[in-house]
Amino acid sequence: MLETLIVLVAYQWFGEVVSHALGLPIPGPVLGMLFLFLTLMIRRGIPHFLGENVPKLMGWLGLLFVPAGVGVIQYLDLLERAFWPLTITLLVALFATHLATAGSLKLLLARHRLRRLRKWGGKA
Amino acid sequence: MTIWQFILQSPLTWLFITLLTFRGMVTLNRHCKGHPLANPIILSNGFIITLLLATGTSYTTYFSGAQYVHFLLGPATVALAVPLYAQLPRLQKALGPLLIALLIGGSVGIISGVGSGMLFGLDRELLLTLAPRSVTTPIAMGIAEHIGGVPQLASVLVILTGMLACVLSVPLLQRWKWDSDIVLGFSTGIAGHGIGTARAFQISAGAGAFAGLAMGLNGVITAVLVPFLLWLTKL
Repeated sequence: MLETLIVLVAYQWFGEVVSHALGLPIPGPVLGMLFLFLTLMIRRGIPHFLGENVPKLMGWLGLLFVPAGVGVIQYLDLLERAFWPLTITLLVALFATHLATAGSLKLLLARHRLRRLRKWGGKA
Repeated sequence: MTIWQFILQSPLTWLFITLLTFRGMVTLNRHCKGHPLANPIILSNGFIITLLLATGTSYTTYFSGAQYVHFLLGPATVALAVPLYAQLPRLQKALGPLLIALLIGGSVGIISGVGSGMLFGLDRELLLTLAPRSVTTPIAMGIAEHIGGVPQLASVLVILTGMLACVLSVPLLQRWKWDSDIVLGFSTGIAGHGIGTARAFQISAGAGAFAGLAMGLNGVITAVLVPFLLWLTKL
């Protein structure tokens, strides 16, 4: 567990430093995720302690969003004032985004698979 | 100071309540057989907000304790690299379609929010705050600040979007059987960022991994696309 914490904090720290040094709009943790991913690719494997502890952490990822979510309390009056326009906007945008992404990916993957299959079939 | 005041002011009280509430809501969610409306994050938020209002406690006091949980978001984001790496073979196979879907989803994410906000005549500041609504909180706040939106409000809209994704659009995709790890996971990460990713991990490790990937990538391209689209449309 200690090793896991050290690795995660180290990569976040490094991500924060790089983000700040280069003035990037990407937050440190996202860069840290990228760097850790690259490290795992170079290493060609997941260290056993990460393989053991990270899935446990992912199991209660939801907890980590609770404090920020309670922050909605500071905007209750605005949310009440613009309730309908804001709610409908959020809903329309959510469905448009989610369905456009899922729909296009589903189509692209089907085409991609078909093309691979044809290529493979041609060789055989 | 009475003992009651001491308890309400103590950071530890709110840390404890945050942990205990979430744990309780996870049990409740299991009792409801994982029904999307019984989302543990939403139930916990509702319960804690009610508690804060009932006791007249400020968010600042609450956050003095809850910040220790909030802080772990950073290391947890880094940790998303691990499940993603476990999906490397599938990721390599589907790389082209994923990148195109990212570009489509990222653009629709920005345009749909600002566009439908315009139809409802929301003011400019609110429109700019809506633009980065689909991406993870720190990136969304950064973008909102950069383009003249309201960063704090951006984080609220981001969180509400993530919650709505868990309750409404994820169940819809499941009902339509658009529920392969890649399609469901990736689109949920684009539309519902971290909160969607947490939900995707409840469905499967594969879905969670692709959601985490989508969340990170969407954050990056949205940070580039929002200023570009604003410049293009002269909004």
